Amino acid sequence: MRFSYYPGCTLKTTAAVLENSALKAARALGIELLEQEEWQCCGAVFPLTVDEIAPFLSSVRSLAAAKDTGEKLVTLCAACHHVLKRANHVMKTDKDVCNKANNYLQLPDQYRGGTEVIHYLELLRDELGFSALAQKVKKPLTGQKIAAFYGCLLLRPPAVMQFDNAENPSIMEDFLRTLGATAVDYPYRTECCGVYLSVQNEEIVAGMVEKIINSALRHGAEAIVDACPLCHYNLLELQQKTTHGKLTLPVYYFTELLEEALGLEDRAEEKMAI
Amino acid sequence: MKITTQSLCGTMVKEIAAISGENVAKCYQCGKCTAACPVNMAMDILPHQVLRFLQLGLVEAVLNCNTIWICASCFTCAGRCPRGVDLPGVMEALRAILLRKRGFSRFKAGDMPRVLNKGMPEQGIVSGFRKYTK
Repeated sequence: MRFSYYPGCTLKTTAAVLENSALKAARALGIELLEQEEWQCCGAVFPLTVDEIAPFLSSVRSLAAAKDTGEKLVTLCAACHHVLKRANHVMKTDKDVCNKANNYLQLPDQYRGGTEVIHYLELLRDELGFSALAQKVKKPLTGQKIAAFYGCLLLRPPAVMQFDNAENPSIMEDFLRTLGATAVDYPYRTECCGVYLSVQNEEIVAGMVEKIINSALRHGAEAIVDACPLCHYNLLELQQKTTHGKLTLPVYYFTELLEEALGLEDRAEEKMAI
Repeated sequence: MKITTQSLCGTMVKEIAAISGENVAKCYQCGKCTAACPVNMAMDILPHQVLRFLQLGLVEAVLNCNTIWICASCFTCAGRCPRGVDLPGVMEALRAILLRKRGFSRFKAGDMPRVLNKGMPEQGIVSGFRKYTK
């Protein structure tokens, strides 16, 4: 299985652990992820203004490059996935933006949304299959009670993202059960963590994170997993803001658990500092 | 607060529609967006009220509220709206109207070291720049 792979800025820096664990697991699973040669930052947030085209261009370049290879484009960071998937949707459905982007980029071939963008979790579920993954598990996470945190960017807006049922998703829980863990059901799993508000309004985000963490704890979680570097930062760093520096619930990327279950590496004891 | 023909059909109302691609008249004020909003407690004008203000052409009031800077673009409201109103897009249009003015910024370069030193991921920094400055 061979795919184009778009990493994104954060995975090369503060969230290197997300990328390293995902790539290592992919190799062990026989999945070839070829990093795109000239990827650029996706812009981190999807441009919601419909009268400007510049914010779309870096995404379109990556989408077009993936189409040239004929491979599906795999993403790992939830924000990059959100931006690339939605930019692709715009290229498919908005003729005006599509024409402008093509005129501007002057690509050898016109790009009209032909690439399929899939997230790493979708890769595991739909391309490899959770049953095939289950057979590769060497060290099942038996007895571990893990809460999955979806956040916003993978799920919403549902009509475009088509990742899972946006109000009642199950892909992360199914993933956790495949690894042998017990998935904790709790009401805040699709809630917003506060995203970039933590740049300016840390108190607001700390309050939101507190609700998420307390809800997961009340339902018996021993750890929480996410797929987004900014969710990860907020859940980890701002959790400690309301608990006076105490980490009440450890936070991991979903790929760290995958790595552990595949017998590749044990999770680090405590993930206090990013 | 005075509602006039001019405010109802003024250029600002048209500009918001042009930037967001959304028609605020679609909203019938059920309040689902406000109920769904995870940051409504920090807003001075609630999400459904933003749409009502805009329907009445009261753009200035909305441009001066903190709501447009508190909205986290989490898309919960848009996903649940029975009328299919893209409220995050409207919020973005309101921010854009201000950010596109010369010299307007909600995030100064001088704030950067404080944020960086905390280990904020690049995704957060770029998002902050995209949402709060131009």
